[in-house]
Amino acid sequence: MKKTSRVITVIVFIFLYVPIFILALASFNTGADMAVFKGFTFNRYAELFKDAALLELLRNSAIIAVLSTIVATILGTCAAMGITKLGKKMRSAIMTVTNIPMTNPDIVTGVSLALMFAFAGTMLRLNSILGIWTLLIAHVTFNLPYVILNVLPRLHQMDPNLTDAALDLGCTPVQAFFKVTIHEIMPGIIAGALMSFTMSLDDFVISYFVTGAGFVTLPVEIYNYTKKPIHPKVFALFTLMFIIILILMIVMNIIQSKTDRSKGKRFSKAGGVL
Amino acid sequence: MANELIRLENLVMEFGGNRVLDSINLSIKDKTFMTLLGPSGCGKTTTLRIIGGFQVPTSGQIFFDGVSINEVPAYKRQINTVFQNYALFPHLDVYDNIAFGLRISGLSEKEIDSRVGHMLESVSLKGFENRKVPSLSGGQQQRVAIARALVNHPKVLLLDEPLGALDLRLRQDMQNELKRIQQEVGITFVYVTHDQEEALAMSDTIVVMDSGKIQQIGTPEGIYNEPANAFVADFIGESNILDGIMPADYRVRFFGQEFKCVDHGFEPNELVDVVIRPEDIDIVAPEQGNLCGTVTSLTFKGVHYDTIVDFKGFKWLIQTTEFHPVGSYIGIQLDPDNIHVMKKSEYSGLYGDYSSYSEEYEELDEMPEEE
Repeated sequence: MKKTSRVITVIVFIFLYVPIFILALASFNTGADMAVFKGFTFNRYAELFKDAALLELLRNSAIIAVLSTIVATILGTCAAMGITKLGKKMRSAIMTVTNIPMTNPDIVTGVSLALMFAFAGTMLRLNSILGIWTLLIAHVTFNLPYVILNVLPRLHQMDPNLTDAALDLGCTPVQAFFKVTIHEIMPGIIAGALMSFTMSLDDFVISYFVTGAGFVTLPVEIYNYTKKPIHPKVFALFTLMFIIILILMIVMNIIQSKTDRSKGKRFSKAGGVL
Repeated sequence: MANELIRLENLVMEFGGNRVLDSINLSIKDKTFMTLLGPSGCGKTTTLRIIGGFQVPTSGQIFFDGVSINEVPAYKRQINTVFQNYALFPHLDVYDNIAFGLRISGLSEKEIDSRVGHMLESVSLKGFENRKVPSLSGGQQQRVAIARALVNHPKVLLLDEPLGALDLRLRQDMQNELKRIQQEVGITFVYVTHDQEEALAMSDTIVVMDSGKIQQIGTPEGIYNEPANAFVADFIGESNILDGIMPADYRVRFFGQEFKCVDHGFEPNELVDVVIRPEDIDIVAPEQGNLCGTVTSLTFKGVHYDTIVDFKGFKWLIQTTEFHPVGSYIGIQLDPDNIHVMKKSEYSGLYGDYSSYSEEYEELDEMPEEE
């Protein structure tokens, strides 16, 4: 039984990572043909960093990812603070509404956002308002639930007396948040922010509908590339992106396990004196 | 006597139509140790949280030094709190926890350093400055919490079941420690507990609460010796409570016999509750006794035996150092001093019958407090 589950785990991992491994391999291939590995080279990476158009796309993606992460993290944390103060019924109602962007098919979210922006554009008597701002709004929209879902459990776990203690010692409610609460929920905020960042970086479907000609992100443009043969330098780009995301995920896991461990220590200590 | 510092007037608190506090009127004198004592859900913690400013009463007034503070938020009150489970800030070390309030009020680091240092000394935590909070024992965390509150020189310190999480020995040490600190700093302590021994040991004044109402206010001796009703008599210590009638002042009838007592001021032939403390009963030979009965159960408690005696179908608890085996026929003698007469109340008949006595009885008092 144990052996079978181990074998299945290995097979799952092979399915998950072999394509990425092949991609990475292709990025080091001297030959243009993916099927044959002719020789090892870093040239694809050199070419990548010389390609101004591609780098600009990467920059656009990074700008949107960073901005939408910052906005979503701030808004999401505020929202989570508000949601914990609601009654039970209201809370579950709000949570359902909040989760819709996450469970809704991307294509529906994308098209509805595009329609809304088109409508807003007509109202403002502009030809098209699609561009960096609409893209940012869309990304914040689908990032918000990830932040809320990561911050909420931290707020619930937190001893409510901690906030009272801060108020008791002279903090205004705002000071209490920045001096006490934020430290308690920081792991949740970081996890939410990292998730937002990765979601935003690789979003294609929603971005495709809400972006204008003036501001295109990497995934959207790459979709256009796939209609013709892909240049191997794109593989190099993908490999780099994969590595960056992998590092982010590892960092997130380390942070989470670290705080969980110190939490566990505290609880076992408290249990010891009971 | 000291002046009044806090006054609660007709305080009412309702949560979703549920009345948690029912017209609480209370005057707290300056520089005294006052305890709010009662079982879980009696409203004592809510009262404390209203004084601290963490909850706004549904109606009623809170006065501090003669001024209404209903509208004053917690962070502007000259009151500090020691929370249940301490609520220390886990991301700060001991020093920074204690310095927290002083930093908020913007004192110079030099001033902060001297006050924190002094505080650490008076709670015997010198050398623990840079320790992380989770690495401290329960008793140490407790003392950090007290230091963190007292360092701000509040006029009132509120303590919400602060000893609840400590083991028995530590709890007794901390009781003495708290009383010493209160006398040393000379400020008002308002202490919430469900533990009657704690209340009796530390308080100048005890406020006994149940079902959102104050049942009795008095000194520890006053409350123990002269309980106002069956609830107080039963909650503070053990009590045998029986139905009686007062034919005249200083005379009370129960079990078909008339006894002398020290109580007066009742209507002629008023129905009353009679309290007899289990440790006040003298066991004598049957022929010398006012009442005679048979021992039905015996439990050794270390200092004394809990002896259950059946008098005409009504079982009494008697605490005695003498050994009387189960089945022995004994008499008891009651002195006028040891009989306490109370007016009938809604609690009459609910308490003070040891017919269903079991050893788990005492553990019922140890039920953990929920909000």
